Amino acid sequence: MKPFEIVTTPIEQQKYADYVLHAGAGAVVIFTGNVREWTHGVKTLYLSYEAYIPMAEKKLAEIGAEMEEKWPGVKVAIVHRIGELQVSDIAVLIAVSSPHRKAAYEANEYAIDQIKEVVPIWKKEIWEDGEEWIGAQKKYPTEGKLPN
Amino acid sequence: MIQLHYFARLRELTGKSEEVIEQDSLTVQELLNWAEATYPGFGTDTIQVAVNEEYALKDDIIKSGDVCAFIPPVSGG
Repeated sequence: MKPFEIVTTPIEQQKYADYVLHAGAGAVVIFTGNVREWTHGVKTLYLSYEAYIPMAEKKLAEIGAEMEEKWPGVKVAIVHRIGELQVSDIAVLIAVSSPHRKAAYEANEYAIDQIKEVVPIWKKEIWEDGEEWIGAQKKYPTEGKLPN
Repeated sequence: MIQLHYFARLRELTGKSEEVIEQDSLTVQELLNWAEATYPGFGTDTIQVAVNEEYALKDDIIKSGDVCAFIPPVSGG
């Protein structure tokens, strides 16, 4: 495994938990984002994810570096799965260890917020009667305010 | 020569994942204008461009040999 990676096969939680665990870690927070069946009353059959893989892995690593800077002592692994995912499958996993729990919780939430903003990964929802690429519509930044 | 990558909605709209265009130098804005003219409905307002795997501003210059990707609004997680 790589600590920041895009995969096409089911995410095995334990190896990321093991990667961040070390003798100085008093807390490990694992977040998984899973495929939800119902969104705003619409039933999802499955999701299809795609990524710009080299840039996505680079951005995940940058998020990890930001976390280590903001919360000294954290150790991070982030993995996102692409391809077709069924209900309850893990789409993303963020593992964070830290000496004390507060930093691990905070850093973990920071990671998922950043992933949803800057990492080039796209989700298509497939329903019984249609499908759609999901993505918040945002205007292009005009100056100096690029996503990381 | 500039390499282009398309993803998600843009991949479906253009019917391709990548292509090469014979250009020596142009701005990100000019590239977006070219894409909109070539593929009506491309939607230049909400699409960012990554040049060599880094987000670029609209007046940044793209040179021959660069690899560009059109990044529609992301929806990972």
